[in-house]
This record gives sequence, C-alpha cells and structure tokens, in this order.
Amino acid sequence: MSVVTLKINDIDVAAEAGKTVLDAAREAGIRIPTLCHLDGVSDVGACRLCLIEIKGIPKLLPACVTEVAEGMDVTTHTPQLDEYRRMTVEMLFSEGNHVCAVCVANENCELQDVAIEVGMDHSRFTYRFPERGVDISHPQFGIDHNRCILCTRCVRVCDEIEGAHVWDVAGRGAAAKVITGLNQPWGDVDACTACGKCVDACPTGSIFRKGSTASELDRDRGKLEFLVKAREENQWTR
Amino acid sequence: MSFLDLDEWLFEVAKFADIVYSPVASDIKDYPEDVDVCLVEGAVANEENLELLYKVRQRTKFVISFGDCAVTANVPAMRNMLGSSEPVLKRCYLELGDKTAQLPHEPGIVPELLDRVRPIHELVEIDLFIPGCPPSAPRIQAAIEPLLKGEQPVMEGRSMIKFG
Ligand code: SF4
Ligand code: SF4
Ligand code: SF4
Ligand code: FES
Repeated sequence: MSVVTLKINDIDVAAEAGKTVLDAAREAGIRIPTLCHLDGVSDVGACRLCLIEIKGIPKLLPACVTEVAEGMDVTTHTPQLDEYRRMTVEMLFSEGNHVCAVCVANENCELQDVAIEVGMDHSRFTYRFPERGVDISHPQFGIDHNRCILCTRCVRVCDEIEGAHVWDVAGRGAAAKVITGLNQPWGDVDACTACGKCVDACPTGSIFRKGSTASELDRDRGKLEFLVKAREENQWTR
Repeated sequence: MSFLDLDEWLFEVAKFADIVYSPVASDIKDYPEDVDVCLVEGAVANEENLELLYKVRQRTKFVISFGDCAVTANVPAMRNMLGSSEPVLKRCYLELGDKTAQLPHEPGIVPELLDRVRPIHELVEIDLFIPGCPPSAPRIQAAIEPLLKGEQPVMEGRSMIKFG
C-alpha cells in the first residue's frame, strides 16, 4: 500500500494511493456535503455537491471521483464553493417537484438535510413544475419521479450489490429519468428480486415502500454497508 | 393559525406591536399604509392574491415570506404540473359539478385563478424567509423576537429552515 500526502484545508493528510479526495477528507474529519455518493457502490460524480478547489487546477472538481495525489492542495470550503453548493441544491428543488409537506421522506430525506446544511431558506431559481409520473405497479414499492434527483444511487445499488440491474437512466436533459427494465412498469420487470436495496439507497422520497404515509419512510443505509463489508470480508452474520 | 400557537408570547408581541391587518386576527378589510412588518402566508394563486401582495409590498417596510406555501408555493402549486388552471377548474366545476355545472366567471366578485401558482419572492422583494409547513411556534418566535429588538434573526439549522 503506497501512501500519498496532501493538504486539505491546510491540514496535512496522508491517504492511501487510489483513494478519493472525499475519502481522505472524511478520514481527516472534514465534512463535504454529498448526495450521489453512497458508501459501498461506485462513484459517478452526478450531483456536484462535493465540488472542491485544487491549487493549480483552474476548474472545480468533484471530490468523490478525484483521486488523491502527492502534494495536492485541496480546499473544500470557501464562500464561493458554499455559494455554488447552495445554488446546486436550489436548482435540485426547482428542477423537480418537491412538496416536502406531503412527502413520505419528510424528516428522513438527504436532500432536505443538505438544504439545511447549505443554508437554503428559499430557492432563487424559478420552479419548473415539470409533468412527471408515478409508477406503483410493483407489489411492494413505488417510484415517484417528481422527487427524483437523478443521483443514480438506485441504479448502482441494484447493479453492483444486488446484481439485478433493474434500473437505468433514459432520455436526455430535462427528459432524463430513471427507468426499470426496458422502460417497463416496475411490476413487470422479472429481474427485480424485490430485495428493497434501491429503497434503502434512495436519498429522497422517490423510491418508497407502498403504504408508507407522509414522513414515514425511514431507511436502513447500514444494511447496504453491512452487505458490502460482509461480501468483501466473507462475514455473513450481522 | 400557527402564529396563534405562540400562546402567551402573543402578549409580549402585543406590547411592542399593533396588529393592523390580518385575515384571522382583525376585522380590517383594507391593508393600511406604513406597516413595519408583514408576515405573508400562502402562495399566489389568483388575481386578488397578486393585487394584495403588490399592495403589501408597497406599504410595508419588512416583508416576511411565511411558511412553505409562500416560500415554495407548496401544495397549492401542485396544479402547476397540469399546465394551467383549466384542468383544475374543469375537474372541480364541470366534471364533479352536480346539477348546474358551470365554470365560475364573475369578474370583480370571484377572482380569476392565475395560470400558475407562484411563491411570493418570484413576484416581490422579500426581506426574510420563514419556511415550514407550518413553521412551528418556536421557529416563529425565534425569527420574530430579534425583529422586535431591531435585530436580524439567524435563519440557520434544522430548527429554523427545514421545509415541510
Ligand atoms: S424528497 Fe425530500 S426534498 Fe423532495 S419532497 Fe420529499 S422530503 Fe422534500
Ligand atoms: S428491489 Fe432490489 S432488485 Fe428490485 S429494483 Fe430494487 S434493488 Fe433492484
Ligand atoms: S430514484 Fe432515488 S436513488 Fe434513484 S436516481 Fe432518483 S433520487 Fe436517486
Ligand atoms: S457526491 Fe460527488 S458529485 Fe455527488
């Protein structure tokens, strides 16, 4: 194991080569807000909340998909970065249809948590109010596209942990959405084992267990981490 | 109504402030001139809301966007996803109308619905946002108490700015 040394917010940090800046920052006790990152599955850099500055690089980079390098000089929080993060969250709210008051995830939502963290008391962007669907064809679960932020955590967890690959992203730009099977109703997709991992992975109220009413959705993220760890270390008891 | 949950603290407010206009706590029909602070609740859904909002902004020093409907347009705006006010009116007054199904149209008496329900800050300048559905009494108190002393409240953290 080779180790590189770098600076994060002027603190000297040693990290295993190949690790991401996000991992290194976390190990150093520095919190960077994230949404699309989920421990145990691959990173894709989709949400842009973890953007950081690296000295000598003229653009901002997502910490979750940037590998540490020797001598790197990283800044995770500046007034400008904080402002961009807040704008990103505001855009996520304006882009979809988030009505927290009637959402299953109210109080248990990572998007809400991040909004609080970045200090968002309102969105300065005009709300789009797109017309989006809800699919409740699955006997146990439902997906409400109005609350989906396209983080693709469901896609990755179903593919990489469950091995079923039910989810994908279809469409472009404003028309992009997560689909099940080949854009079939979720209930018709034979590959779905109804394991519920996507329910646990989703940071918002998009994927929910049927029958949960407003604010009832409580997720067990630990379950996903447990599964990954157990697989890696061959421990099959909890 | 959530404001009334402030219970006995309302007596404190009453020491410093006169209630000059309120849909629930006073009988005054016209919004007066020279108001110091106004808590505006609700999204802008019809022409009357819009007119009143402009009047409020014109005549008020410090306008507060109060509650999720004012701040995000919230539940009332769920009709925006249908494109315009038409599908909602049709559904309510024609499809579900009993004997004399007709669309309401009485200019000057029944305010026309706007095509889009909007949060108030999209229409006028706002001085403070108090989100929440509804904002809890402690949140309201924590936001208003500094104002009474001429200070700006700190709107940070779960207790002050969580939606829903
Ligand atoms: S998913 Fe989260 S942010 Fe969106 S409506 Fe539900 S609680 Fe609010
Ligand atoms: S329930 Fe399991 S198999 Fe089905 S879509 Fe979700 S993660 Fe994939
Ligand atoms: S459904 Fe949930 S997990 Fe999947 S992309 Fe949307 S927000 Fe992310
Ligand atoms: S967590 Fe890095 S881009 Fe989403």
